[in-house]
Amino acid sequence: MASAIFTTFLCRQQRFLTLTRSPVATQLWTRLASTSVQQQTANKPVNLQQLKNLKVDYQDDIAVVQFNQENSKVNTLSKGMMDEFVPLFEQLQNDDKVKGIVVMSAKPGSFIAGADINMLESAKNRDELFKISRNGQDIMHQIEQSRKPIVAAIAGSCLGGGFEVALACHYRIAMNDKRTGFGVPEIKLGLLPGAGGTQRLVQKLSLPDALDLVLTGKEVKTKKAKSLGLVDAVVEPIGPGLQAAEEKNIDYLRSVAVQKAKELTFKKHVKPQPGLLENIKSKIMSTSYVQNYIFEQAKKKVMSQTQGLYPAPLKILDVIKQTVESGSKVGYNAEAEGFADLGATSESKALISLFHGRTECKKNKYGKPEREVKNIAVIGAGLMGAGVAHVSIDKGFNVILRDQTTKALSRGYSQITKGYQGYVKRKRLTNAEYDRILANLECQTTFDNLEKCDMVIEAVFEDLGLKQKVLAEIEQRIPEHCVFASNTSALPIHKIAANSKRPEKVIGMHYFSPVDKMELLEIVRAKQTSDDTVRSAVSVGLKQGKVVIVVGDGPGFYTTRLLMFAGAEVFRLLQEGASPKDIDKATKKFGFPVGSATLFDEVGIDVAAHIARDMQAVFGDRLADKSMPALFQDLVSNNLHGRKTGQGLYIYQAGVKGGDREVNPKFTELIKNYAAEAKEQITTETIQWRTGLRFLNEAARCLEEKIITSPTDGDIGAVFGLGFPPMKGGPFRFMDTYGVSKIVDLMNSYRSKYGERFAPTQLLVDMAKEDKKFYS
Amino acid sequence: MAFRCSFQKGLIHLRQSNTSSIRLVTTKTTASASSSTQKQSQPSGQQQQQQQRTSSPTTGTSSSNKTKSLKGLGRDVVFIDGVRTPFLTSFTSYKDLMGYHLARHALLGLIKRTKIDKSTPEYCVMGTVIQEVKTSNVAREALLSAGFPENIPGHTVTMACISSNVALASAANNIATGLNEAVIAGGVEYMSDVPIRYPRSMRKLMLSLNRAKSTPQRLGLITKMLSLKNFTPEAPAIAEFSTGEIMGQSADRLAAAFNVTRREQDEYAQRSHKLAQEAAEKGHLDDIVPMHIPGAEDVVSRDNGVRVSTLEQMSKLKPAFVKPHGTVTAASSSFITDGASASLITSVEKAKELGLKPKAYLRRYIFTSQDPKDQLLLGPTYATAKLLEQAGLTLNDIDVFEFHEAFAGQILANLKALNSDYFAQKYLNRSSKVGEIPLEKFNVWGGSLSLGHPFGATGVRLVTTAANRLIKENKRLALVAACAAGGQGHAMLVERYQ
Repeated sequence: MASAIFTTFLCRQQRFLTLTRSPVATQLWTRLASTSVQQQTANKPVNLQQLKNLKVDYQDDIAVVQFNQENSKVNTLSKGMMDEFVPLFEQLQNDDKVKGIVVMSAKPGSFIAGADINMLESAKNRDELFKISRNGQDIMHQIEQSRKPIVAAIAGSCLGGGFEVALACHYRIAMNDKRTGFGVPEIKLGLLPGAGGTQRLVQKLSLPDALDLVLTGKEVKTKKAKSLGLVDAVVEPIGPGLQAAEEKNIDYLRSVAVQKAKELTFKKHVKPQPGLLENIKSKIMSTSYVQNYIFEQAKKKVMSQTQGLYPAPLKILDVIKQTVESGSKVGYNAEAEGFADLGATSESKALISLFHGRTECKKNKYGKPEREVKNIAVIGAGLMGAGVAHVSIDKGFNVILRDQTTKALSRGYSQITKGYQGYVKRKRLTNAEYDRILANLECQTTFDNLEKCDMVIEAVFEDLGLKQKVLAEIEQRIPEHCVFASNTSALPIHKIAANSKRPEKVIGMHYFSPVDKMELLEIVRAKQTSDDTVRSAVSVGLKQGKVVIVVGDGPGFYTTRLLMFAGAEVFRLLQEGASPKDIDKATKKFGFPVGSATLFDEVGIDVAAHIARDMQAVFGDRLADKSMPALFQDLVSNNLHGRKTGQGLYIYQAGVKGGDREVNPKFTELIKNYAAEAKEQITTETIQWRTGLRFLNEAARCLEEKIITSPTDGDIGAVFGLGFPPMKGGPFRFMDTYGVSKIVDLMNSYRSKYGERFAPTQLLVDMAKEDKKFYS
Repeated sequence: MAFRCSFQKGLIHLRQSNTSSIRLVTTKTTASASSSTQKQSQPSGQQQQQQQRTSSPTTGTSSSNKTKSLKGLGRDVVFIDGVRTPFLTSFTSYKDLMGYHLARHALLGLIKRTKIDKSTPEYCVMGTVIQEVKTSNVAREALLSAGFPENIPGHTVTMACISSNVALASAANNIATGLNEAVIAGGVEYMSDVPIRYPRSMRKLMLSLNRAKSTPQRLGLITKMLSLKNFTPEAPAIAEFSTGEIMGQSADRLAAAFNVTRREQDEYAQRSHKLAQEAAEKGHLDDIVPMHIPGAEDVVSRDNGVRVSTLEQMSKLKPAFVKPHGTVTAASSSFITDGASASLITSVEKAKELGLKPKAYLRRYIFTSQDPKDQLLLGPTYATAKLLEQAGLTLNDIDVFEFHEAFAGQILANLKALNSDYFAQKYLNRSSKVGEIPLEKFNVWGGSLSLGHPFGATGVRLVTTAANRLIKENKRLALVAACAAGGQGHAMLVERYQ
């Protein structure tokens, strides 16, 4: 499978770094701070009738404050929200009739999803960022210090600043539904939770638990939050009754919270005493020896996962360490300082840019298709085919998985069930949900019911002839409106459609392996593909949970093309005498999750050989001279197919991992026949720049040739499909940050040494002249 | 066909004797229907057809031709009488018996009460929920142990708390279709002993041990068994399989969804116990057949779960399922019960031949199902609404209501659902609410909350009580309804025999 490019290794790092799956997730609380507390107290009393973002009412002596941001599906700690909240809070504090306060959301599915990133982006300098954090800390402090009990009744996402608000309250009641989750995803934007989040989490949790939450930014569900001690009580959602379930649930949560608030007005909440074991555990944890050990281990893990390229996790460790060692006064200050430092880093800016890009690629920019796709057939039950079925069966599609043999089907079926059983094990799904989801899958060797399909996705072996044959066979059986999508990493879609009866219905859908983990879907639109076909493919992709980019039908589309251009330089370096280990080390140091030499073993050298031959024929010396396809062919004929055969650039043996793998002596022998002269000493830097510049230049060229339609698509494709270092934001963001003219200069200097393949593309030259940026 | 005519005659008769008007089902044969009702009748006719595919009611009132089957669908079915053992809280006087003992006693009691010969019934169907694996077909074991002739077949059915309703329905079908003339329908539940299993890993090893051929093989398997995990027993799951939720939790959530307060639940539970006690004192509960237990001092002749408490006592109880803010407590839930019931169902002709006076006709019935998570216990609402619509009746036409009381909160939620326009429009596919059930007609001799609820036996108790109440109160039409695990429901119309 040509698309089997990306290993679980890559995924693992991606999971650590990429943005959370929830669409509303990563919004920071930063808006909150723009209103200073002092400023507000001077204001006139709030007119409760004119609140736009809050609702207040009273039940006996309890005030219920509901966040209800106007014109929005979710609540954020926006300026408007805080401008109302701060004085209202003040007023409730001074109102003798109010004995307790409940804070909750009037919107189903969103307590407070964080705050507005745009606000943070508009902070002009480090001082402003520092102030933002300080003010946030102050507001949370006021909530915490309130003499009247404050109960947070939480349903829906409670993230970032929202979580910090909840943590500052005296008692937390949470709805146990799928939408409710707690987390501090700031790290995913290269930041830290700066409104006391690091401080309160360390207070409430054991050190390893706190570090885990803050360093991964993961979201925990209600049950888990309860067992961690982050929430005090759990409310199960109720069904419809005399009203619809959603309204009913808000009422129910409210009544439980009001009852609790009343109770707290005369009885202070006492945390249940920890048991003996817990006591011993926390005693041990609080010794400085153990704490130091934990910090050391955490740092080691961070370094091994990030190569030290991300400042945020290191800064967070530092802040928490200071807190633990010197107390919370130092801690709060360190948090605000850390927040300001991080907010000013290019890494944070790059990650925020990626967040925006990802959000954009999760929206359907192309509109609704005429006919909603309901029934999908996947042809070929290999790794990719089964993967495509995997991501479809739980999204409301009826899926037929078809292969020629029952054995192949059984393998595919087991792949899917294994994946879903994993979700059950991790409690992401119940057994009943598992059963129901698997009921949407039909495995068959026949073409039965293809006449009912709205879309066929073929994932057979990467061979043009075979794909054409499959298309011809399928087209006889599918209805007129049915879309035929080909999962290919490089075969031209117009060629696959060459003999099609309805070429306008043929499109490319390039999934990345493993499909259930890799978020990117590259949709390839050929000239003859109709708009409606694109709409169908995009809407299916988005439903499958993918980040979607639509690219043109050029050789290697977008991602594979970049991969091959950088890869050509990798092989050139190998020909010049560099070791695969040097290449891997240098590229990983740049931030790629998988070394660029290892990557070809993962992709499969045989697959790469095909693509190299085809692309060299099109691009000629601009890609590489003729020795490259020849070298690939030679490797293949010597049975060095990469990881799948145990032999490639490296030797693969069970139990030998990563850096311990040995370079394959057969490869070292073979490459000698293709040796090329090294024009200068090969250093880490030359490896990084030579491969990097080829990558960047080709990305720009794809934009120039309209293979991709925007720098955003280009960045998202490179980061989510190829593992381009996320903290650099993608090739286009990187060029902007580094300076296009500097890139052009570098290219020209390499061009003088290495020839025309380093010639900067016209777009870059023009942009350098006009001092333009990709992102304005 | 014959059945339909007689049913309609019955309804016409009802109309004459009862001032409240009864809307007849608008069938093709009902020519008097006005044009406006004809319009309305069309969709309801379709629904009936759909209904028949899923639940096959015994009556032939539907306009669908499918019911005019050659097998003779549509004979009148009569309920001769029903009996039961006293319903006892589990782990009390029945604790050393087995389930089939109770079923056997109910069968013997039925023979004694109806004075028929043991060879008269042609078939027996019984409901049960938690099966004793040794007597998995408990109907047959009960027949044999009660000394019935060997040529009477029996089968056991299960549908959670409406298992014996299914038994009654099967028996009624057999009569209506002419398959049988006299059938026993009953049910039994015995919770004082339940199958507790080894965990799956251990069972697997034990089963392979059976098939191991050599000693080393056996020894290998035995050593694998030596893990604590393998010896941790598995009790029968009390949670709903599809949702993993315990029924009490679901009931609590249901009560919250319908704004049923703790106070209302406590009051309802108290009412149930008070009425049960009254009924017992007045001798209304004469379906009980006293039972002698080997070694016991005295005969068991009364249900032992009836306990009238003050509201104050009840209000002190902590929530049993949803803590700390729940509203369902032990006092407002039905308790774990042992007991069995049995009834004799025959054709009219057979009853005449035997010289028996039936207590009632078993009329149209229905089984429904809905969301097992959020509406787990709303079966009575769905079933009542649909059944009344199919029969062309309203709540006003019903004189006696006998509903299964799983939880006070569940009953009150169902009453509120039936009386809600929102719920009717959103979930029952009706233009307006079904209506308010007058409590003075509702479970006036107590219910499952007080009398006890042996899962597999309650259905027959409900129908027996309904029939007895019709006679005692001199009324005509009763509605029986019940909820069941799995999000299912049942309702049946019982008409007094005259």
